[in-house]
Amino acid sequence: MPGISQLRRLGGIRHGISRRWLLLCLVVVVLAGAGIGLWVHRGGQDAAVRSQQLTIPVVDGPAHDQHVSLDATVYYPTSTPAPAVLISPGFGETKNSVDAQAQRMARDGFVVLAYSARGFGRSSGQIALNSPDYEVADASQLIDWLAARPEVVKDSTGDPRVGVTGGSYGGALSLMVAGLDHRVDAIAPVITYNDLSQALVPNNATTGSVGTSTPAVAADGPNGVFKRTWAGLLFGVGASGPTTDPPSAASVCGRFIAEVCQAYQEIAISGQASPQTVALLQRDSPLAVTGHIAAPTLLVQGEQDTLFGLDQADANARQISQAGTPVKMIWYDGGHDGAAPGTDQQDAITNWFRYYLMHQGSNPGTGFGYDVQGAFRTNGVATIRTVTAPAYPGLAGSADSTAGATAQRQTLTLAGPPDQTVVNPPGGSPAAISGMPSGGSGASALAGQLAVDMPGQFAEFASQPLTSQLLVAGASQINLLVSAVPGQTAGTAGAELFAKLYDVAPDGTRTLPGAAVAPIRVGPLPADGGPVRVTVTLPGIVRAVQAGHTLQLVVATTDSSYADQVQPAAYRISLAGPSGAAAAEALSVPVVPGHTSAGPLPVAQLIGIGVVIALCALAAGWVAIRRRRPVDVDPALVDVPLALENLAKSYPHGVHAVDALSFRVERGQVVGLLGPNGAGKTTALRMMMGLVMPTRGEIRVFGHRVRPGAPVLSRIGSFVEGSGFLPHLPGLANLKLYWQATGRPEAAAHIDEALEIAGLREAIHRKVGTYSQGMRQRLAIAQAMLGLPELLVLDEPTNGLDPPQIRDMRKVLRDYAATGRTVLVSSHLLSEVEQTCSHVVVMHKGRLVAAGEVAAIVTGNGETAFAVDNGQRAAEVLRDLDGVLEVSDVDNTGGVVEVRARLNGLPRAEAVRALVAAGVSVDQVGPRGRLEDAFLHMVGGE
Amino acid sequence: MAGEVDAGVGTDVNAAAGTPTNAGTTAVGPHGGAAGYRAGRTLSLWVELVRQVRRRRTQVTLGFLAVLPFLLLIAFKVGNGGDNRESGQFVDLATLSGPNFVIFALFASADFLLVVVVALFFGDTVASEASWSSLKYLLAIPVPRGRLVRQKAIVAGLLSLAGLIILPAVSLLVGVIWYGAGDLVSPTGEALSFGIAVGRLALAVCYLAINLFWVAGLALLFGVSTDAPLGAVGGAVLVAIVCEILDSITALGGLRDYLPTHYTMAWSDLLSADVDWGDMARGALSALIYGAVFTALAVRRFSTKDITS
Repeated sequence: MPGISQLRRLGGIRHGISRRWLLLCLVVVVLAGAGIGLWVHRGGQDAAVRSQQLTIPVVDGPAHDQHVSLDATVYYPTSTPAPAVLISPGFGETKNSVDAQAQRMARDGFVVLAYSARGFGRSSGQIALNSPDYEVADASQLIDWLAARPEVVKDSTGDPRVGVTGGSYGGALSLMVAGLDHRVDAIAPVITYNDLSQALVPNNATTGSVGTSTPAVAADGPNGVFKRTWAGLLFGVGASGPTTDPPSAASVCGRFIAEVCQAYQEIAISGQASPQTVALLQRDSPLAVTGHIAAPTLLVQGEQDTLFGLDQADANARQISQAGTPVKMIWYDGGHDGAAPGTDQQDAITNWFRYYLMHQGSNPGTGFGYDVQGAFRTNGVATIRTVTAPAYPGLAGSADSTAGATAQRQTLTLAGPPDQTVVNPPGGSPAAISGMPSGGSGASALAGQLAVDMPGQFAEFASQPLTSQLLVAGASQINLLVSAVPGQTAGTAGAELFAKLYDVAPDGTRTLPGAAVAPIRVGPLPADGGPVRVTVTLPGIVRAVQAGHTLQLVVATTDSSYADQVQPAAYRISLAGPSGAAAAEALSVPVVPGHTSAGPLPVAQLIGIGVVIALCALAAGWVAIRRRRPVDVDPALVDVPLALENLAKSYPHGVHAVDALSFRVERGQVVGLLGPNGAGKTTALRMMMGLVMPTRGEIRVFGHRVRPGAPVLSRIGSFVEGSGFLPHLPGLANLKLYWQATGRPEAAAHIDEALEIAGLREAIHRKVGTYSQGMRQRLAIAQAMLGLPELLVLDEPTNGLDPPQIRDMRKVLRDYAATGRTVLVSSHLLSEVEQTCSHVVVMHKGRLVAAGEVAAIVTGNGETAFAVDNGQRAAEVLRDLDGVLEVSDVDNTGGVVEVRARLNGLPRAEAVRALVAAGVSVDQVGPRGRLEDAFLHMVGGE
Repeated sequence: MAGEVDAGVGTDVNAAAGTPTNAGTTAVGPHGGAAGYRAGRTLSLWVELVRQVRRRRTQVTLGFLAVLPFLLLIAFKVGNGGDNRESGQFVDLATLSGPNFVIFALFASADFLLVVVVALFFGDTVASEASWSSLKYLLAIPVPRGRLVRQKAIVAGLLSLAGLIILPAVSLLVGVIWYGAGDLVSPTGEALSFGIAVGRLALAVCYLAINLFWVAGLALLFGVSTDAPLGAVGGAVLVAIVCEILDSITALGGLRDYLPTHYTMAWSDLLSADVDWGDMARGALSALIYGAVFTALAVRRFSTKDITS
């Protein structure tokens, strides 16, 4: 039994282990928690927003006498008073279409007022296209209404803190209101126009000059080309649909006011806008008021927009910044032909208002960001990256130091035959196709590839393949020469043409970025064929043109989205090169260098990584220090190769493999560990090797306590159950690698002696995988003997060996012990132990049964058996001998009689001589029984 | 019987025949070890490397990673049918340039092949020794258990790293020869010059190496817990696959961020001119935490385990 102190020590160790485990768990949990916290920030509360449906009466009209009731909804944030945001929906939409945006902004802390503009939804009145007398007046009265609400923060009496936003029609309204009502504190117009006349009747050519300071400036020439499809779509929306104020059945004007309706009819029929119509459209456009806008303006414009292109936002930005008002510009991948603004844009709008209305958050600045669509799409969804520049180039009066710098432009030489003749077909049909206006996001993915040009109707000019990627951001410009064909009068009145810029891949695939075309009207043309030189502004696009691609300029006579010229005509088109013959001209391509918006540097995660690494280092250091335990030596045992003290190994469910095993092995002994299969021999050997932890007790080798990795284990050579070689290596390589793994000097290996013991001869160079069981066994014993260890532990070493090899092995082991080293051999074969070992330890069911010299155990109590012919006589003789004790009964077996006696030190020869002298014939003399008998006796005695 | 327990086998040391001559006198090293034995010298990295490199599985695995780019090349050369242009995968960009070819090779192998390779090297290293019964002889040298795991893990790491480098390096060679040293074009259409692209590829390999740390830790943990190498490797791969399946269930939302495989593809952020390091940092942190926990458990388990193989 272990001493009390020992028990305490054991308990202490167990306690220490569990505490360490607990600490480790704690560290893991803390680490995991911290890490999880660092790498995931998630918020998101979808609480319902308090809202209220309202009908707000307003009075408007030129004479201020028209009573209109506006259908509105007000959304309240959780805490009031708060700044207000007025949201005006797009053309044909009602307040419901902005409900989601309104709720989100209310959640962000704004009082939001969304309403349907006059003529739409449940609001009464007629559509006047953002006329200052009508829609803008209405919006001002809504601001009055907000000023009367206690929930809204006021700048002064009657002046609420208010921002205005909206998309398209609503975006133009926000610009108009900001220009006409100075109570507006910030605006965020989305995908809207600057000049409705240029948006609907554009001319992208001018004989004059075009500014190049901003990247998306358009020529804005007079007398443009009617954007028929888009205009028709919009008019259709206003002319039909449910209304509380139904138009008379006879009217074709629907809910439009007469003035607007007439203007539309005029353009739609003639294909051209009269000066009066242009004046009307410009009066109702932001253009008229942008010079007065003092509210900081966030312009969000779409890159997929053939209705209100990037040039419209460019014009707004130029005009507003002239007054020194801060302008921030965002071009996103969407628009009237694509998607509505996404969360990125909506967040930008919210941040804009948060900063300018709440004075919270960081200054959104006056930067410029544009989305670049990937060249490839995944599952139909465009891959997008956003490039940010410190400012929109060419704007005046911005606080940023780079502001005022004009847009960068790269020049790209286009070439093509001069005087290419293009024909306008009668009636303008068939017409080239550029895209599908209002195609929606689904179609816009394909839009750029739909373009078709009609043979004979277009001239084309191309660049050389690009040597590096060119990121076009804005409207390119080029100078063209347009002339009538001499002798044909049909073209002299003026040419209506459509310029477009294709991105052509090396395999010939053409893409028309944004599906956008630049309609141009040139004229009149000299009848002698003399050219008119015009500067053409191509559509504003964002396009990454890859290396190897070419840019192709096509100038066509027709486009299905526009009111094409019905008169047949022919024109000649050339590049306005320095000399006509050279036929090369520089295409001026705007580029806006910037950075792809990368997230902020992940500082928290980097710190987390550092912390994890530091903790790992600490843990490693701690473990290393703990490993450096003082050497546990029992000085009394330093010369004892092996001492087991009360050793036990039990497994769960109460299985005791080894129990209370104690014995010692002295130098020079060959000790047999004997027991039947399952006696616990191998478990005991594994514990001696430090492979299996004892449940109780201890093992000391040369006085050193055996623990996993205890240096004293290096003095043991072992072979236990399975040879353990790398099957892919030859035997010799295995031995050498094994010795190298010990890190000990090569000379100490005595590899030649080991090889001699293995006796594998040539086979030593073969792969171990090809060895027989016996060969592996011998190699394993050789491996155990490498370095001639002081204690050799072998488990069933003769298994699988031939009888001659077994005989050799016995000699090897005896010789080995004869050098003063010690050998411990386990076996379940009694004869083996009897013939090999000097000493034996007998185990059964994990317990020690007997231990001692083989001879002593074999002789039992010193009994000797005599096989004689006359048992009676023999017994008498033996009893008479001096010192002989306990002569046992006679055992008669088939003529030969066995007599047993304890000779008690008397040499057997003496006893035999006495028997022979007495006339007893002695057949055999020997120790009584064999080890087997002793063993069976001991085991049976359990 | 109890009386016999204390009876030593040897009655008297001096009585033993053949008094110690040239043995017994063997010099004893520090801490009671044999002469020349030093724990710090056992199982040197070189020895372990030789043990592993001479194994067929190592040679086949690394060899396969070197051959894979050629297989991809042949596939691209043979399979010219099927007009899948613009379908939006790395595969469509693969033949644009050498760097794009490498990106495709990494993309195709990052979420499974490389996981298997790392799981193989880390899961097999201890378990295969156990299955050969050689583990106990290493421990009987004795190689301290912590040191054994450490040396084996380091060598497994070196081999994994070699695999991680061989694949893109051979791909780059193959790609440059067949598709030229052109720009790297990312799926977002951005182009990076060849020189920058090669640097980014190196960073991508570094990220993958860090990101696969969790697989290494898990495979090591399984490897020290079982004697069946296949079980250890397969177990780690299985966990990775399950994580990827869970990761594809969008309904799990933010929970997916905790999956160790969630940021496997974060290296593709390196393909743009201005790199967003956010996901890569999150992925590295996640992998480090998982890897450290698994490795700590593996070391702990191995240092207290009974070796019965």
